[in-house]
Amino acid sequence: MKVYNKEILYGLYDDEVPLLRAVSAAQKSHLDIWDVFSPFPVHGLDPILGLEESRLHQAGFIFGMTGTATALGFMSWAFLKDWPIIFGNKPYWPLPSFIPVTFELTVLFASVGMVITFYTICGMGPGVKNPTLHDRITDDKFCIAFDVSGASAAEVEKYQSFFAKTGASEVTTKRI
Amino acid sequence: MSARVSPLREPLILGNKNYHQITEDICAPTERAPSRQWIIGFMIAVAGLGLYLFSVIWTVWNGIGSWNLNRTIGWGWDITNFVWWVGIGHAGTLISAILLLLRQKWRTGVNRAAEAMTIFAVICAGQFPIIHMGRVWMAIFIFPYPNTRGPLWPNFNSPLFWDVFAISTYFTVSLLFWYTGLVPDFATVRDRATGWRRKLYDNLAFGWTGSAKHWQRWEALSLVLAGISTPLVLSVHTIVSFDFATSVIPGWHTTIFPPYFVAGAIFSGFAMVQTLMLVVRKLFKLEDYITLQHVESMNKVIVLTGTIVGVAYLTELFIAWYSGYIYEQFAFYNRAMGIYWWSYFGMMLCNVLSPQIFWVKKYRRDLWVTFFMSIFINIGMWFERFVIIATTLARDYLPSSWSYYSPSWVEIGLFVGSLGLFFTCFLIFARIAPVVAIAEIKSILKTMGDQYTGVNALNKKHDDHDLHTEDAHGHH
Repeated sequence: MKVYNKEILYGLYDDEVPLLRAVSAAQKSHLDIWDVFSPFPVHGLDPILGLEESRLHQAGFIFGMTGTATALGFMSWAFLKDWPIIFGNKPYWPLPSFIPVTFELTVLFASVGMVITFYTICGMGPGVKNPTLHDRITDDKFCIAFDVSGASAAEVEKYQSFFAKTGASEVTTKRI
Repeated sequence: MSARVSPLREPLILGNKNYHQITEDICAPTERAPSRQWIIGFMIAVAGLGLYLFSVIWTVWNGIGSWNLNRTIGWGWDITNFVWWVGIGHAGTLISAILLLLRQKWRTGVNRAAEAMTIFAVICAGQFPIIHMGRVWMAIFIFPYPNTRGPLWPNFNSPLFWDVFAISTYFTVSLLFWYTGLVPDFATVRDRATGWRRKLYDNLAFGWTGSAKHWQRWEALSLVLAGISTPLVLSVHTIVSFDFATSVIPGWHTTIFPPYFVAGAIFSGFAMVQTLMLVVRKLFKLEDYITLQHVESMNKVIVLTGTIVGVAYLTELFIAWYSGYIYEQFAFYNRAMGIYWWSYFGMMLCNVLSPQIFWVKKYRRDLWVTFFMSIFINIGMWFERFVIIATTLARDYLPSSWSYYSPSWVEIGLFVGSLGLFFTCFLIFARIAPVVAIAEIKSILKTMGDQYTGVNALNKKHDDHDLHTEDAHGHH
């Protein structure tokens, strides 16, 4: 048996300008938008929607530094503590030789760490099936969705009239 | 959003598209039965792959003795192929990373296929050093892992060790970058599919919904990956060039190698992108998305990097002469006029002289000229690596060990077969994944679509402000 968690009321718009206008209007009349969906990133949407800037790049920096420390630390340990060898009369600790691998591991850790973080915080990954509202959202429709689970008829009516006013082409309720 | 675009800008999307039409056009090749050309191409590629597997098995079974390498010339076609394939693998990440940072909008038409090409080219490249080891099951020795031999670690001073990390990092990062870009497009294909295809793309799309927050994170991720891939792509071929430059062989031991290799890599990579894109746009009817403007932009990169490579060749000769050091002079005299002179002249002709025709706009926009040039350049770049490797080794320190080398059938089979491996992967990719980045094309439609640029951009302005002038202009 399929378990439904939420009841979503959504409206579709045909272009990004009507979407941006509608999101502004919703914010002005203090409607609580559950989420906005679009087929491509709509620029200028985040500030209107009140989304804070992603901190993914800060995570990336920390992952990268971990890579730097891992590479430098490991190679230094191997050549100074574990098994010191003189190669071609070079010093035990040939720092310039460590630069390429240190750089590569910095990039590797930063990218792999960021990508894993991205999929984790977005709740995505191999085999994950998140419910979608409408098949055209990944094609050419722009969607504003309200969570109406347990909402009163008056509230739903308020959302309906909002969609009618802002020119949504299709308004539907879906349980996900 | 009729953003103002300079009327001088040429459109990058033709045919007055809307968002839905873009989805239709780009998803179509994944949804219809494969065309006859695709099937024929795929059969040829799989035959090549069969040849490759046969040659690999032959090499591993009989040992490296089945190649024509000798004690003087220890690197031949195998390392030539390795460097050639890695070089080709440089265009994809360059297009997707560096051109993203430089805000070049034309990259959206070609980045997806170029990144795929990068991944398959690096797969081909990575095989050659491993096969060259002979006892391929010992390949694990190149990694620093706890072992029973001491513990003895690899030599961290060795450029061959750096290369292992450079190539594997490059492959991993390119793969992640490419796949993360593909996820929203797989979701597009998923939402149009039914039956088993729906299930397949459900898995490939990782549960993408298109939520605003996800898009924001996706863009942040793409930007940072582009930022760190930019020095990465430059570092990889720099490190490959260290394989040669840190040695003490005259002709290899030069500081010019890193920039010279990187320019050559971008040069050959773009040539391979041209070869593939010209076929793809025709075969999949994507002429509206991969336009003459894209072809011209890439030809400009080719003429620039080809000229840099040419300057590097001449600088090497000049510095050898200017050094006044006869052994260095001999190394370069031998490179140009020695036993492999034909290879040097092939390289000069294909890489330096012939791309110069791209200074002429007419040829930059000519598809047949571009196609033949792209093949030419790839031949030339293969020659370049052969010249550097085989010619230099053939005349070593001791004249009594001077030698000549020509490949055995096994080595030829490995090279031709690796092309089969590459094209098999690429043709499968082109069937399954959208070959043009759908979401990215949509995001530039309002600025680069032909209904919004050029003369139409001017008309748009009149539309907004003064409807009466529209008749005077006649068209819209």
